[in-house]
Amino acid sequence: MDLIFVLQYTMSSKHTPARRIEGLDKNVWVAFTSVAADPSIVNLGQGYPDIPPPSYVKEALAKAVAVDRLNQYTRGFGHPSLVKALSQVYGKVYGRHIDPLKEVLVTVGGYGSLFNSIQGLVEEGDEVIIIEPFFDCYVPMVRMAGAKPVLIPLRPKSGTKTVTSADWYLDPDELSDKFTSRTKAIIINTPNNPIGKVFTRDELQMIADLCIKHDTLCFSDEVYEWLVYKGHQHVKIATLPGMWDRTITIGSAGKTFSVTGWKLGWSIGPEHLIKHLQTVMMNSLYTCPTPLQEAVAQGFLVNYELMGQPECYFSSLAEELEGKRDRLAAVLQEVGMTPIIPEGGYFMLVDVTSLNQDLTHMTDDEAYDYKFVKWMIKEKKLAAIPVTAFVGEESRKQFEKYIRLCFIKKDCTLEAAGNILKNWRKV
Amino acid sequence: MRIIRNLAVTLAVNRNNSQRNHHKIIMSRQLHANRTVGVDKNVWVEFTQLAADYKAVNLGQGFPDFSPPQFIQDAFCAALNGGPSMHQYTRAFGHPRLVKSLARFFSRTVGHEIDPLDDILVTVGAYQALFCAFQALIDDGDEVIIIEPFFDCYQPMALMAGGNAVYVPLRPKKGSAVLSSGDWVLSAEELTSKITPRTKAIVINTPNNPLGKVYQLEELQMIADLCVKHDLLCFSDEVYEWLTYDGAKHVKIASLPGMWERTVTIGSAGKTFSATGWKVGWAISSGNIIKHLKVVHQNSVYHCATAAQEAVACGFETEFELFGTPESYFHQLPAMLHHKRQKLASCLQSVGLQPIMPEGGYFMITDISSVKCDLNDESTKYESYDFRFVKWLTKEKGLATIPVSAFFSPEHSKEFDKYIRFCFVKENATLDAAENILKKWNQRE
Repeated sequence: MDLIFVLQYTMSSKHTPARRIEGLDKNVWVAFTSVAADPSIVNLGQGYPDIPPPSYVKEALAKAVAVDRLNQYTRGFGHPSLVKALSQVYGKVYGRHIDPLKEVLVTVGGYGSLFNSIQGLVEEGDEVIIIEPFFDCYVPMVRMAGAKPVLIPLRPKSGTKTVTSADWYLDPDELSDKFTSRTKAIIINTPNNPIGKVFTRDELQMIADLCIKHDTLCFSDEVYEWLVYKGHQHVKIATLPGMWDRTITIGSAGKTFSVTGWKLGWSIGPEHLIKHLQTVMMNSLYTCPTPLQEAVAQGFLVNYELMGQPECYFSSLAEELEGKRDRLAAVLQEVGMTPIIPEGGYFMLVDVTSLNQDLTHMTDDEAYDYKFVKWMIKEKKLAAIPVTAFVGEESRKQFEKYIRLCFIKKDCTLEAAGNILKNWRKV
Repeated sequence: MRIIRNLAVTLAVNRNNSQRNHHKIIMSRQLHANRTVGVDKNVWVEFTQLAADYKAVNLGQGFPDFSPPQFIQDAFCAALNGGPSMHQYTRAFGHPRLVKSLARFFSRTVGHEIDPLDDILVTVGAYQALFCAFQALIDDGDEVIIIEPFFDCYQPMALMAGGNAVYVPLRPKKGSAVLSSGDWVLSAEELTSKITPRTKAIVINTPNNPLGKVYQLEELQMIADLCVKHDLLCFSDEVYEWLTYDGAKHVKIASLPGMWERTVTIGSAGKTFSATGWKVGWAISSGNIIKHLKVVHQNSVYHCATAAQEAVACGFETEFELFGTPESYFHQLPAMLHHKRQKLASCLQSVGLQPIMPEGGYFMITDISSVKCDLNDESTKYESYDFRFVKWLTKEKGLATIPVSAFFSPEHSKEFDKYIRFCFVKENATLDAAENILKKWNQRE
């Protein structure tokens, strides 16, 4: 009996994982976020604030937890007060009536919205166009749905030195060629992580024309929608003619209210699309946490009254971040690095070529930016994220001279980073 | 000439119309992915809406209508005031303080040293733990044995993962009166006969929803033997693990020989601490299995809410110290529910209904075949008896429950359409209100 037991135990068993997760286990964050635990390292890597969220949002959470009913299950597709608040705020932004029950789905972060959209609407064998550099989860999510990611890079305009994210563009002919009869959707991210590009109305119109011509869907990841700096405007592709019916727009409480650890997001779109995302929701986690949803609803109600005014958190946060952006960029330029000034979002790409850092002693077969970031963490005690984590194999060469810095950090964190940069040349 | 011009005009008009219409026709091919086919209906959506519409006394959906214990609410408040890091991303596979406290706590009960980082995945409720298990381990064509009555999500989750559900029912013992959930048993022969070379996993739920059965050691051993013999995985949904009555003992199948490395044990903070709205759950298994669930998790939600996890960690740390003492919530909650269980059972018996006393869990099922009533609602004519009865009871008497055939497969639901499910995890005022309704109804008969 024991022998049989041993044989059973050591036999290669049927415990093989499902094919849908094959090759999806690697992840840039696993490698770099353990760094955050080390207090001696100045962390401009992972994208989350080290500044506190607005106090009224925390107070709303404390109030919610004190109400018995709000500690129990709420409506699966979104807590009533939250979907109503989202319908109100976004109804104003979109300039159309948004049905809180049928056209809004609350999810576990923007991440959860992406998952529900892809699982609900992308079939095995479909193609999904993804613009590089992309938030890294788009590719594995598309692959998990059995579909094929088709990549197209943003390219720096030739001639001028690229100094802002506006200098990066999508080639219309190149994009047009990517659309085939198998294309089910295109994923766009504006403001873009990591470059910070805010797509213009014309650029979005160009994408919209292709979506309509080829009858595809559009998943628009707009988690940084409020973080747009002076001179630029966030445009929702879903508001362009013909696009509401074929677009899912994704938002995030974490990025809106500086509470990434609350993991609440939402998908907004037409009923005939949202209902399929709801099906995925119903069969994956059923409902999101109640007290957190109630608190986010309160946060929206407070700011709805203030929309368009400087006191509105959506504007005041952007203003605060613009100052941090400019101060960090100035320090980087001072030491001879080339930052790409972002039009939106809270990341900045930095070209490190001019530092001429010799990394030949690092023999791992990794892209230059991975090596550079690892070296910088060890030698300079400053953390960033390598940008080739956000691109496919073929685009590695174009992007491996960039690292990504996150600037939604306290001034003292940014100053500490500045000091490290200023002392760079010193051994 | 005129004919040709007219034709040209007609063609131009048609082309313009179709271009305009093209904007409205989204996708001549199918919009939704095939994995969503057949899994879009849900009994809860329908019945919770009905209870709300009729403002019924709600003994339907399974959540407490009383507050979570003070110490756990305090823990959440402490967490949300615990500094900026409490509001930002934590470790994706589980907040460090929580996985450590879970590992420490459950190593004792499962009889195996649980590694907090490798052997545990924290999820958005036990629901998401189940989802990760199915998505990670069930592939197209795999068979999944589900023991009926089953929590309704197991079937669509198996389906969405491309699996085929194979059902084996618990059946009331023949001969003696069926008075307790312990009188419902699994036939070893019937279970064995359902195993094929394509069988990948078996799903068990103990204590069981809706029946309340607490599987005995011998029953779990029988299932374990088959799992080992046929090299099956076991998904063990143990969300009600602390809620056992009349001395029934909860046994973890993962603690049986040969089972740790093939069992995914699923738990729930919502059910443990009477805070279902927090949506914190976990999957515990050998690292070899958990690593696959992690891949699904990192490509679906990635992180769970930080402050809620911190609060649950505090809860488990407190309970670790109090374990086995009268001050333990894991002692007090089942004691409180024991009374409520009795109260509801007495009230049902007093009006001639036959409840099946649950050995564990939140629910009690009741045989309604002796009830004579005129279910003359045309709109429900084609539904099963218990569905019709529940809707009638909600609309006519203002008492909401859940039909039990919703927890059975299509092939067996006809055999079990004379039972309805009550949730007794409600404050006394709610149970009193239900009692009044039943008494009034009985008096009129």
